[in-house]
Amino acid sequence: MPEPLIDIKELTKDYGENRAVDHLNLSIGKGEIFGLLGPNGAGKTTIILTLLGLSEPTSGTITVKGFNATSEPLKVKKITGYLPDEVGFRDNSTGRESLIYTALLNGIPHKEAAELADELLEIVDLSEVGSKKTKTYSKGMKQRLGLADVLMKRPEIIILDEPTVGIDPKGIIDFLDLIRDLSKNRGITVLLSSHLLHQVQIICDRVGILVEGQLRAVGNIKDLAKQLFDHEETSITVEVKPITEEMIQKLTEDERIKDIQEERDTIILKGSKNLVPDISKTIIESGGDLYRISCKEYGLDEIYHHYFKD
Amino acid sequence: MSDIVKPFGVMVEKEFSDHVRSWRFIILVALVLLTSTGSIYTILLVIRQHPAQLSAHSTYLFLKLFTKSINSLPPFISLIGFLGPLVGISLGFDAVNSERDKGTLGRILSQPIPRDYFINSKFIGALAVIFILIFTLGLLVLGLGILYIGLTPSVGEFLRIIIFLFLTCIYIAFWLNLGITFSILFRQASTSALSTLAIWLFFTVFYSMLIKFIAGAMFYNPVAVHNLTLSLSRFNPNFLYNELTTVLLTPSIRSLGALSFSQVSGTIPSTLPLGQSLLLVWPDITALLAATLICFGLSYVLFMRQEIRA
Repeated sequence: MPEPLIDIKELTKDYGENRAVDHLNLSIGKGEIFGLLGPNGAGKTTIILTLLGLSEPTSGTITVKGFNATSEPLKVKKITGYLPDEVGFRDNSTGRESLIYTALLNGIPHKEAAELADELLEIVDLSEVGSKKTKTYSKGMKQRLGLADVLMKRPEIIILDEPTVGIDPKGIIDFLDLIRDLSKNRGITVLLSSHLLHQVQIICDRVGILVEGQLRAVGNIKDLAKQLFDHEETSITVEVKPITEEMIQKLTEDERIKDIQEERDTIILKGSKNLVPDISKTIIESGGDLYRISCKEYGLDEIYHHYFKD
Repeated sequence: MSDIVKPFGVMVEKEFSDHVRSWRFIILVALVLLTSTGSIYTILLVIRQHPAQLSAHSTYLFLKLFTKSINSLPPFISLIGFLGPLVGISLGFDAVNSERDKGTLGRILSQPIPRDYFINSKFIGALAVIFILIFTLGLLVLGLGILYIGLTPSVGEFLRIIIFLFLTCIYIAFWLNLGITFSILFRQASTSALSTLAIWLFFTVFYSMLIKFIAGAMFYNPVAVHNLTLSLSRFNPNFLYNELTTVLLTPSIRSLGALSFSQVSGTIPSTLPLGQSLLLVWPDITALLAATLICFGLSYVLFMRQEIRA
């Protein structure tokens, strides 16, 4: 892995008695899209706020591009854009004015800011409503304006906290595509937090699963699934016509198959994935017509449940 | 204009323009303007038609514009003393919690600006609004007086009025800061508005009743009761303001407390020069300034220590 852009070491944060983050270690490389996954209250927002120097860690350090987030927050915030989960804008400003305001806070002169705002409004597809008051915007539009707002400072890192909450499914896909494109085209590192798995699955290079302030697993989704489920039983669904007594008998005799259930035209078996060829052979030899045989694929859902059930 | 953008100036400017454009502020200004015009207009009529009604010797005529009450309309200083805190509270009570509510707080603080810029710009922006409002109003009254009476104020009168206007701003700033403090303490704007108003009501209505009761219960001697009441009253910013503005605008007041016969014997019933009037209320001025600064300090510390997350 290249030199890490974000380096979290032994991060711990207590809120009174409550430990929100517990000795967390994590490195994120340049240009990577990293998904921080976890249920509500797992400590995602706490990590993000600490990374921006908006919250002080109880112990441990976060460095961003070599700058300590707690002692040099301004340098970190100069290169980091943050989109909070409930993004809002001043009601009386237009979308364009809001963007320019952000640029001014970043020390970008007005003229340059205005040009940049127009360019970014174009990218997030809000050019037509740019001169309307933000209070007339829908949730999805606000979110896109928020993304433009984050990009105004020309960041090297963007942090998105639950970016897709409250947007319709079509909007989510567009939004995530936009993030992916931006990351790939401009080399921006993205840290994304979410409790919605599928979105994270679509765009993230790597994910970290956060439960009760601890990272239970880090890696890309395929590796995680492999690690967890390769040796485990999966459920195999077989669609056969007709199902005969003999067939069931033979399958039951196979010791590697744990459980057999019949449901009209389908048989559901429990066993490991490498049993599939043997099962199909048995069925055909027993005179059944095989219509379909499939193994359950393990996606993020299963990974997630695996970690969250305990 | 130079190309260097100063984020703090930008923030103050934004605060200022947001206040001035808000309906809340427009309504309050209309209220202040209407009532003070009524008060001033009646006095001007009387000065022109029946000057004898005002006072036998017509020294310090311009100060009387601010202090005299005619036909049961309260004088200008009481009106400002009453409406001023309302203006301050209305500018401050939702300063922080509304931003938190709208989701703009996290977004602004993730920009590369020191955290205290936020609270400082809230204070400075509102303070600028107050100064401009009060000075405009005061100078307008003065100008109207010159037009109507056809005389110009003396230097002493003018200075007294300017100092009076300045202290009025400080007094309003006290309530502004109290409002800001509560807006940090309470997450709901309505709660902070009500609690600030409750404190204001307590000091304007109930506090004097309470201390009269306490002093009456502790002593029989009327002089002792009076002294205790006076000392306790001075903990009330409302009382401080009334005392110092009355003394400042009524040069004939020679002492704040009771004078013995031996002290009075031989004195010529004349007015005090400005320096002496100021000396008389210097403790009040110091106390008022201190209260305002303490209140601001409190809100500053609270804000800096508060967690950003909702």
